[in-house]
Amino acid sequence: MERTSNLLDEAMAETPNNSVVLIEDCVETSGAFVLHHLMKRSLSPQSSSLLIFVAFAHPFSHYDRILRKLGCNLVMQKDNKRLLFFDMLMPQRSDEVAGKTGLHALYHKIHKAVEMASLSESNKHIVIMIDDISVMEIAANGCTDDVLDFLHYCHTLTTQFGCLLVVLTHEDIYSVADRATILLQMEYLGDVLVKAEPLPTGLATDVHGQLTVLNKSNCNSLGSSRNKMHNFQFRLKESSAEYFYPGSLS
Amino acid sequence: MAATKTRTSSFSRNFSAVPSSRTPGLKNGPNGTVFVSSGIPDLDKILGGGFPLGSLVMVMEDSDAPHHMLLLRNFMSQGLVHNQPLLYASPAKEPRSFLGTLPSPSTSKDDKTRDHDVGQLSENGLRIAWQYKKYFGEQPTSDHQNVKLEYCNEFDLRKPQDRHFLNGQRIECISLRECSNMSTLLDHCSTFLSQRQESNTTCAGRIAIQSFCSPQCHFSDLDWDMLSFIRSLKSIIRASNAVAVLSFPASLLSSSFSKRWQHLADTLLSVRAIQDEDKELAKLLTGYQDMIGLLNVHKVARFNTQVPVILDATTFSMKLQKRRFLVLECLNQAPVDGSSGSSYGTTGSCSGSSKTGSLDF
Repeated sequence: MERTSNLLDEAMAETPNNSVVLIEDCVETSGAFVLHHLMKRSLSPQSSSLLIFVAFAHPFSHYDRILRKLGCNLVMQKDNKRLLFFDMLMPQRSDEVAGKTGLHALYHKIHKAVEMASLSESNKHIVIMIDDISVMEIAANGCTDDVLDFLHYCHTLTTQFGCLLVVLTHEDIYSVADRATILLQMEYLGDVLVKAEPLPTGLATDVHGQLTVLNKSNCNSLGSSRNKMHNFQFRLKESSAEYFYPGSLS
Repeated sequence: MAATKTRTSSFSRNFSAVPSSRTPGLKNGPNGTVFVSSGIPDLDKILGGGFPLGSLVMVMEDSDAPHHMLLLRNFMSQGLVHNQPLLYASPAKEPRSFLGTLPSPSTSKDDKTRDHDVGQLSENGLRIAWQYKKYFGEQPTSDHQNVKLEYCNEFDLRKPQDRHFLNGQRIECISLRECSNMSTLLDHCSTFLSQRQESNTTCAGRIAIQSFCSPQCHFSDLDWDMLSFIRSLKSIIRASNAVAVLSFPASLLSSSFSKRWQHLADTLLSVRAIQDEDKELAKLLTGYQDMIGLLNVHKVARFNTQVPVILDATTFSMKLQKRRFLVLECLNQAPVDGSSGSSYGTTGSCSGSSKTGSLDF
């Protein structure tokens, strides 16, 4: 599975560099592994991209250990200036984020980093990842408008500098109608939607869940909806993840 | 580290306490995590070792029944037995009085009853290990140090905790009613954690917060503040070696906020009482008479790894063994003809996900 591109890569292929990827998950099935996969891909030796990671959910050590098992050393990437890790977990910094100025400050940091990177090396591709939008909402004290503004600003970055923006959020939070605006807006912004769900039949040891990938960019380029929707199942391991079509466990 | 790695096989249960001559009640787990015991041996087993240090455990309460208290009591008592500092917050006016209801470990006082008990519960190997340990490590000097040798004790719910446990160490109690807002509570927690880290870094701390969003706390209109409290608590817990157990009545929250809380939990459990005279259920489940409630495991903390834990079962029955010990058991479902037919139908239509399992092996 490692050497060739897997189903997830295939489904996300032809995504232009300046697009938005939205990962949705739920309590039963975490979608964080898609984030890990994209982290690894953008930090791989073949690509020369810069990764800006905004961590709201887990500390650096957590990601470091996971990515090390996937074969990517985050500490080294940090030293090589290919990874910028913004730790937004600690409360003293979250105070700073609370309210409008906090998210502003965060955006300015990101904006500055993106600008610097695009100035120094013209061809460098930039990836921005935010690991939990729902926690960002908490940091903004429930002011969804601020979060939306933030995302819109980041979205302009993607068009201006050709960044890839990857955000993770939890879908089941927004099942109630009145809170759904932010999810709908994010889904509208997203060029690729990745949805992680548990199996409808319940837990199984060899199938950990299913992924639905909706690739809007595919459909644009071809003018038809071919390859638009991908649906497959996955099984996670420490060092990799397996993706397979339902009923064809490889 | 190495010492725990080498210990295997028959000694595993008792010797989890070996590295704990300095750090009582800690056990090394996979991926660089360290476990503390939940105080319920079965729950530890289900969760793969216990609650990992740095995790936030949330328990969804049954609003009609106090089953979450059983979990909290055992969790707190286990901490006292291991001489770990404890912070307890509850909406009661006098939270300290709750300490009087903590159960005491069954394995205390005279060794004879203890050995007898253990012999009943497991094989002889444990007793050998126990006696071996007595010759080996530092000599146990008093009763409660005998008890300390175990990573996880059995608690006798009918026997109150010894006085010396309650007096001997730092136990902080906070009434949530007196916390005018969440930040005071958070300050309590962070000072508790930082004090502990100054004094003794090897010792794990325990925070137990009971019925966090209950109406008595007057937090009900502060949804976002509560969330940000939990988020801050989670991050300070993660950075220190402590475990927090927070129980909350999920039914009082709106469904979207309840989901947010659940997402913030590292380990998520829920408890539910069962009706006395539920004939339907009694017919379905064997051993229904002894059950006092059901425990659901929704989420198991995954630190430093992306592989989810897939449990064999997520629902367990809570039973009181000999009316004293809390045990968790898998539900034993009595086969019912009518339902088995329909369940076959669903597995057939589910696009082979369950079929593929059998093909793989």
